[in-house]
Amino acid sequence: MNEYADLLIIGAGPAGMAAALAAAPSGARIVMLDDNPFAGGQIWRDGPQASLPAQARQLRERLQSHANIRHHSGTRVIANPGPKQLLVEDDENGWLISYDKLILCTGARELLLPFPGWTLPGVTGAGGLQALIKSGLSVSDERVVIAGSGPLLLASAATATQHGASVLRIAEQASLTSVAGFAAQLPRWPAKWLQSFSLFNRHYRAGTHVLAAFGTDRLEGVRLQQQGKIVELECDRLACGFGLIPNIQLGQALGYAIEGQALAVDVWQASNRADHYAAGECTGFGGSELALAEGAIAGHSAVGEVEKARQWWPRRARWQGFANALNQAFTLDPQLKSLARPDTLVCRCEDIPYAALTEHSDWRAAKLASRCGMGACQGRVCGAAVEHLFGWQPSASRPPYSPARIETLMCLDDTPPA
Amino acid sequence: MPELMLDGHALTVADGTSVAAALALGGNGCSRTSVSGQRRAPLCGMGICQECRVTIDGRRRLACQTVCRDGMQVETQP
Amino acid sequence: MIEGRVADVIVIGAGIIGAACAQALARRGLQVLVLDAGLHNATAAGMGHLLVLDDNPAELALSDYSLHRWRELGPDLPDGCAYRNNGTLWLAANAEEMAVAQSKYLNLQAQGIACELIGAGAMRQREPELAEGLEGGLLIKGDGILYAPATANWMLETPSIRQRRARVTEVDGHRVRLDDGQWLSADAVVLANGTQANQLCPELPIEPKKGHLLITDRYPATVTHTLVELGYVTSAHNAKGPSVACNIQPRPTGQLFIGASRQFGTTDPQVEGWMLAKMLKRAAGYMPGLARLNGIRAWTGFRAASPDGLPLVGQHPQRQGLWLAVGHEGLGVTTAPGTADLLVAQLFNETPPLAAQPYLPQRFLGEPAYA
Repeated sequence: MNEYADLLIIGAGPAGMAAALAAAPSGARIVMLDDNPFAGGQIWRDGPQASLPAQARQLRERLQSHANIRHHSGTRVIANPGPKQLLVEDDENGWLISYDKLILCTGARELLLPFPGWTLPGVTGAGGLQALIKSGLSVSDERVVIAGSGPLLLASAATATQHGASVLRIAEQASLTSVAGFAAQLPRWPAKWLQSFSLFNRHYRAGTHVLAAFGTDRLEGVRLQQQGKIVELECDRLACGFGLIPNIQLGQALGYAIEGQALAVDVWQASNRADHYAAGECTGFGGSELALAEGAIAGHSAVGEVEKARQWWPRRARWQGFANALNQAFTLDPQLKSLARPDTLVCRCEDIPYAALTEHSDWRAAKLASRCGMGACQGRVCGAAVEHLFGWQPSASRPPYSPARIETLMCLDDTPPA
Repeated sequence: MPELMLDGHALTVADGTSVAAALALGGNGCSRTSVSGQRRAPLCGMGICQECRVTIDGRRRLACQTVCRDGMQVETQP
Repeated sequence: MIEGRVADVIVIGAGIIGAACAQALARRGLQVLVLDAGLHNATAAGMGHLLVLDDNPAELALSDYSLHRWRELGPDLPDGCAYRNNGTLWLAANAEEMAVAQSKYLNLQAQGIACELIGAGAMRQREPELAEGLEGGLLIKGDGILYAPATANWMLETPSIRQRRARVTEVDGHRVRLDDGQWLSADAVVLANGTQANQLCPELPIEPKKGHLLITDRYPATVTHTLVELGYVTSAHNAKGPSVACNIQPRPTGQLFIGASRQFGTTDPQVEGWMLAKMLKRAAGYMPGLARLNGIRAWTGFRAASPDGLPLVGQHPQRQGLWLAVGHEGLGVTTAPGTADLLVAQLFNETPPLAAQPYLPQRFLGEPAYA
């Protein structure tokens, strides 16, 4: 069942959807892949307890109205066996997709940092809890503490509250000065300003971060450093995420240049590789509005519609300003590097404690000696954590880019290249 | 309303419910036991961390990225 | 103290061979400095399979001796080394291979190595995941596995060993020059840097042989023994072109290592999809259930192969003071203890525990040019 696409889009979040919709009128044969069960990315994650905004519903309907867009949900990229060819798998099959143009819209993931007790059941990411609630997790009558950094904390708290949870505290690590400074700039983006009011919660505390989670078999409470004081709260759930980091592994493997921690793109959202583009949060964190603008530019550019792409530039610039303000405000406090104790597990796949890493000078040496990062998540959680904690550069990804059935890998042509 | 088997017990969930949510609806929410014997539950909720891998119809899959289907057999790792 | 003299012995390479040599030397009371450039090495890339091979008497002697040494060391190895004496089960796909198994059996029995011929039915009882229709197998009971990087680190923690991250750019007998221009000297220099050895001694007949490996997620108790096809001996081991052979090893973590491939004439470390597919298909032919398991990582490594498949262990015949412990191909982890004992015995001018002759560098480099 091998497939061909004029334009292959990896990721069906706001950027991927916008890219597909921008490119669709050209008549190009478009294939859009996404690991999640439904289109919409994390911000518009669908499920029995999700309430999608009108904009998300409209975008999904428009996608369905284009006969030249094929969307494969629950599908992951496994390998790149040849030029402009990817091996992918879903829950049933593995197959090859060849393409002419590629747009990566692989989004971002939460930065999860180790602290004592973070492996207890009941502890999730901040966006993680929101995603789980949308997909049907019941939090009714549960006591929830939300911690970490960034606007996602408020969004996650709002979702939890809406589904019957009692949110005891929202602990934002950034200082009150930073958060207030950011809030003061919000009127420049009126829609965001309104949104921030609707999300605002009286349990919000700036300058506050988690110290430990405790409990025997599952979470029973958390200890917070709250504006200089130590506070303990009994709770059923802790949702903790320290902002977002771009998913660049696939881009890196395909030879995209990296700038900072994100995929580098030019004004056309084009990478350094011909015919290869990127849009949305894999090129830097900026929210759904920026992702939509970048996706549209990438989609138009990929089908050669330069003028249409250019029309989106002002919108992108405007939301880029918002992203810059945001990233500045929620810079992580260096104190967060000292949350882990010697016995705190850093690698959750292999259960490797912090103490097993500190004697090493780089990621490779630490991995080999301790097996940290060698488990199923392929270092996506602990690799990002040690990059933050020790400044170690993660090693480049190799296929399989995601755990894959061996039968999928056996789909690769086994004849040697000529 | 799909009905699935979770560790041998029948469980009916709302349409579109993820297996990760079903683990909590029909059990204690845990998905696996770690190398050092800790019970673990879904963490990232979006297909990254692999904490929620369970056996679904004989294959190791991520509970958070899998929607419950009628007749599905889900086994958490002991 | 002579200027630049840094130790009694300098060992170049902190892989399993360098580490074993350093440990053996340190245990004889010498001060050892181990220099390593921090490059990817075969020790980190390999399977850590400890196995007796009998392609020729010298290979058998060295691997059998080393397996005895590993079994002695076993109780001292920390948990992280993941040493297990789980045995190798050689798989015969047909009558012809079963005949190979039988002759191997006789050969190993004669050497006093514990092994057992197993019929098709009994084999599937012991390893229920194996494909139907295999002819039978040969179980080598003393074989084992370990996690080689941790084992090398454990060896290097022996007192009297110092380690330094440094790239050696030149060797001159018992002296070495580092990339910062500094010369270090000792009574002897041991070259144990695998595929990098040619960089310092271009006259060494060592060729890199690329291999691919894949590791699965955890599926405890799926497989017990290391499963290797007998075709490994007949095809992969001796072929000139790219080849694959089924090699499935259960790790103590419940994961499975799947190998093996061999390629010549390349130094590109990329995982090649076609070779990965070929290797996995071969393995799945012997264990069909593999197809449904998740692979979580694939990687490559390079074995340092000599023309006759045996390592070069002994003093360099033309460069006095320079000792070689290179060219172990896929058997470096297995034969590390034997290599170290051979090297130390020669350095101390003692009688080695097994005949040193077949491994002497002279066989490729000619007779000694010094008295």
